[in-house]
Amino acid sequence: MAAVEQALTIDLRAGARARRRRLVNRIAEAIAILAAAVAVAMLVWVVWSVAERGASLISWSFLTGDLPIPFSPEVGGIGPLIVGSAIVVGIATAIALPVGVLIALFLEEFASNWLRVPIQLAIDLMTGLPSIIIAIFVFSALVYGHAENGVAGSLGLAIVMIPLITRATQEVLRLVPSDQREGALALGASRWRTVVGVILPASLGGILTGTVLAVARAVGETAPLLFATGIFGRTLQLNPTKAMPNMPVQIFIWSESPDPLDHRRAWATALVLMTLVLVMSLVARIALNWSRRNTTR
Amino acid sequence: MSTLPAASELTGHRRLRDWIGDRLLLLLTAGASIAAVALIVLIALKVLRSAHLAFSAFGLSFVKSSAWDVNHKVFGALPGLYGTAVSSLIALLIATPLALAIALFLSELAPTWARVLVGSLVETLAAIPSVVLGLWGILVLGPIAANHLEPWLNRWFGWLQIFSGQPSSSGILIAGLILAIMVVPIIASICRELFLQVPSELEEGALALGATRWEMVRGVVLSSSRPGIVAAMILGLGRALGEAIAVAQVIGASWSIPTSLFKPGDTLASKIVEEFQGYSTKLQLSSLFYLGAILLVIGLVTNLFAQLIVRRFDVYRTGAR
Repeated sequence: MAAVEQALTIDLRAGARARRRRLVNRIAEAIAILAAAVAVAMLVWVVWSVAERGASLISWSFLTGDLPIPFSPEVGGIGPLIVGSAIVVGIATAIALPVGVLIALFLEEFASNWLRVPIQLAIDLMTGLPSIIIAIFVFSALVYGHAENGVAGSLGLAIVMIPLITRATQEVLRLVPSDQREGALALGASRWRTVVGVILPASLGGILTGTVLAVARAVGETAPLLFATGIFGRTLQLNPTKAMPNMPVQIFIWSESPDPLDHRRAWATALVLMTLVLVMSLVARIALNWSRRNTTR
Repeated sequence: MSTLPAASELTGHRRLRDWIGDRLLLLLTAGASIAAVALIVLIALKVLRSAHLAFSAFGLSFVKSSAWDVNHKVFGALPGLYGTAVSSLIALLIATPLALAIALFLSELAPTWARVLVGSLVETLAAIPSVVLGLWGILVLGPIAANHLEPWLNRWFGWLQIFSGQPSSSGILIAGLILAIMVVPIIASICRELFLQVPSELEEGALALGATRWEMVRGVVLSSSRPGIVAAMILGLGRALGEAIAVAQVIGASWSIPTSLFKPGDTLASKIVEEFQGYSTKLQLSSLFYLGAILLVIGLVTNLFAQLIVRRFDVYRTGAR
């Protein structure tokens, strides 16, 4: 009786090997959780630093006023930067959205295999193109020999945005059920009616999400603007054929300055820019991850 | 009697509109796509053409020279190549293990709410504009690194050449750290997608055989995703190599080849940022384009390489299913 009981307890207790395996498993899980926590902590740290240092300067007159005269103790404002960024990114979006969607439509709906491969490759390469290369390309193609202008900056940003919008659109186009596509064609609708009446409406949400992400990326891009529209005046500029004041380049200029007041201006401008970017990208990403939640397991 | 238009009339009218609509749509989409291919070619040609002056002056020995002297008209790329390679390598060494652990957390460990929330936050890290990260790098991370991290590295690992010398708040090490923050979300999100694609029958099979979660991850998830992980690392490397603004802000601008990672240096991209606007001679401008051309070639090659791996991997995956 006692012998049987003992045998049972020994059988049920984990051996040293099993304990070690379980310990290793625990450690691995802890490392994974820790790594995720580190990444989130980095985000919080950066966001907090910017918010803490930038908030003190934010006021209505800072957000709307003209840029300060250099070396002046007056804080000045960033109104021209906000308006300029909006115009430059607006023009870039007006170029990149139709072009990006058209390319995606061609790749997913029309292209034969031998055409799809090089075009997809070009889009992938465009995604990986360093933005500084776009910057010197735009300079040598559009600025060298002319004056700096906002349109050249917009074209640079459009090159950044096109592959992002194309990829996002491709992804949603692939999700449109082929029943709908074939159904429309079977009812006698032509290709373009199917695209305009069925496929695009079905993928509108995804295209919008992708566009918001691309705008969020473009509004913070510095390099493509640095040599295209990097030297600008202190006041509001509404004409995009002239050099346009913009937030990222001014943050860069102020960050390189030795003047502590310039650093404070840079933090405050960074706070405005970052808030814009983070709100746009967080909303878009949560929408994306939420809709993907069910498709991937 | 009937108020409906004749059927032939209707179809004739519609057929014409459809014919035009179809042609127009095809023309527009094909035109945009061909324009994209042409743009890539144009960018490459334009950069190479602008580098021509420097190329004809220095030839390929530009790559081996460390000179950068506007007055004596001699330029070379070596310090920039060194700085680019070292800072990117630091970024990759730090970012890869961190990103893999995050991806495993997101794909294997986290409940749905955490998957959505943490996944979104990690991707948001990639959304921080590089100029803001650079600002943070000079004014927050730099001083902390100079006062704490670098003295610590120097105390324990000072016998290594790379951790010798005076701590400083701008230099190659700090550039590497900033780049690591940029690269982590890229590698993490690609790897998460890879891990989620691993057939769940394989994972469940391993668990059913009595493997712990870690043993399953090591034996099934990691080993079957290895080529994809390499591709993710290369794509991250591509991002690190080409980053210009944030690196220019933190690396300290010195066209030299320091052995200590604490010292300031320069990358190909950061040199372009620093000197492009204020160039004084055509040869100098052309030399900057030469640096850009080198960066373009390196960037295109790394990207092509990564695409190639990803493609083969996808084929292998779908074939295996």
